[in-house]
Amino acid sequence: MRRRLASGSTVPILTIVGFIIALWYVMAVVLNAPWAYDQAGRQGVTLDFGGLVAATWSQDRPRLPAPHQVATEFWNTTIEVAPTSRRSLVHHAWITLSATLMGFVMGATLGILLAIGIVHNRAMDASVMPWVIASQTIPILAIAPMIIVVLASLGLTGLLPKAVISMYLSFFPVAVGMVKGLRSPDRILLDQMHTWNASGTQTFVKLRWPAALPYLFASLKVAVAASLVGAIIGELPTGAVAGLGARMLSGSYYGQTIQIWSALVMASILAASLVALVGLAERLTARAMGARP
Amino acid sequence: MNTLVVGALTFWAMAWWFNVRLSKLPQNRLTALLQPLLFGATLLVLWELLVRGFQVSPVLLPPPSAIGSRFASSLPILWTDLVQTFFKGALTGYVIGCGSAILVAVAVDRLPFLRRGLLPVGNFASALPIIGMAPIMVMWFGFDWQSKAAVVVLMCFFPMLVNTVQGLLAADHLQRDLLHTYAASYWQSLFKLRLPAASPFLFNGLKICTTLALIGAIVAEFFGSPTAGMGFRISTEVGRLQLDMVWAEIAVAALVGSAFYGLVALAERAATFWHPSQRR
Repeated sequence: MRRRLASGSTVPILTIVGFIIALWYVMAVVLNAPWAYDQAGRQGVTLDFGGLVAATWSQDRPRLPAPHQVATEFWNTTIEVAPTSRRSLVHHAWITLSATLMGFVMGATLGILLAIGIVHNRAMDASVMPWVIASQTIPILAIAPMIIVVLASLGLTGLLPKAVISMYLSFFPVAVGMVKGLRSPDRILLDQMHTWNASGTQTFVKLRWPAALPYLFASLKVAVAASLVGAIIGELPTGAVAGLGARMLSGSYYGQTIQIWSALVMASILAASLVALVGLAERLTARAMGARP
Repeated sequence: MNTLVVGALTFWAMAWWFNVRLSKLPQNRLTALLQPLLFGATLLVLWELLVRGFQVSPVLLPPPSAIGSRFASSLPILWTDLVQTFFKGALTGYVIGCGSAILVAVAVDRLPFLRRGLLPVGNFASALPIIGMAPIMVMWFGFDWQSKAAVVVLMCFFPMLVNTVQGLLAADHLQRDLLHTYAASYWQSLFKLRLPAASPFLFNGLKICTTLALIGAIVAEFFGSPTAGMGFRISTEVGRLQLDMVWAEIAVAALVGSAFYGLVALAERAATFWHPSQRR
């Protein structure tokens, strides 16, 4: 047991996380100190070190809230409030999550279809592939507001415009990864299929697709994280109505730093669980296909 | 109006036919360059003709010609925005973020215990929506380019850190043992073996960060900026429904982003010419 702990990565990870939290507390003291001194000066009291720490870790609108303040706010807005309430973080997270998932599914489908076309059609390979890459030089996050406004004037509001941005971000890793994956079978394996007189569809279903699955899951992990970022940014220009992005924007308008941080924590939890879910699907698929751990 | 639409479709069909013919020719440099160019030109022509043919309002989607003329007539504004966002915000943050990540990775590499902990944490942090830190950075560092650079530093740090830490593990045992028999010091083996061996990973991180830097700098401007900058211009011109100006900014962003990426890729080719992926 002790040896396993020493050679594994649990203890190092916990050390690093502990260090980050400690650094966070120290930074909270440093960054919030001017305000604390200012307040104390107005009331005519001098702060000793203990008083300074207590004052910097309990401000209403700190420059950097201490971890426990964020945790309390997170607890209050997730557990204490009914999930249907507009004050509930779960409600906002669900709005963001639904846009993320919709965009992710659309993007993954588009990416897979593009990859299949690129692998099977030489003209598409030569002419479309460079533009798939060039499409990513457009900073889509930067023009998200415009896309939202334009789609809204076409009568499209709600989920779809955000999902479109998520789709644009998530199709690229899938397309590139799948092109690589569908091309990964060796010449010798393709020749083997040829000697069996396999049709194009058979080669695809029995050789290319299974060979591409590891690549697919690797790119799906990247795509789902990108998709979440897309959904969050897509919520910024909707006038801070709902969703995690809107929580961040309204938090920054009103100086509610604790609210921003708890939205960030929620977004991180979402990102981690989405990536973990894709990883789980990967392991299940590998087991179903007969991989040995 | 219908003639324009029919013209667009005809042009599309012709370009497609021509492209298929091209792809059947023996591949050389010319055809490899011609095909994507033809595809891009087709997109532009289709866009122009369809927008005019269906009389789409310029508030929704301006035709490429309008964007082009707007681009040409507002070069000074575009240039000041570019300097504010790219050279001051994105580039400063890119250099600080990537530089500090490399330094931290080299420092951490001396302690395997820390490395084992930092790799998973860094991988986790790379998947986080760090761009959400933008409002906080604007609060801390003010509206000018410093806050944009701070966002870019945060966005670049973790992908670069993970890539460098992995890259420093790339030199294999035989090579390290060889340097050991030469009685090479830590710094000698770092600079002569391990950093060069890590450079494919380093450049991978540097390339990922080029796009992150530009996006981070532009998005951070949505949360507050001086009256210049690409993100500021995009958000205000969307509000005024001047979409041709927005598209001109997008064109600048795409051009600068590609040029930045291309420069790093060129440097990669020069520095890691020995790597299998760079051989021709």
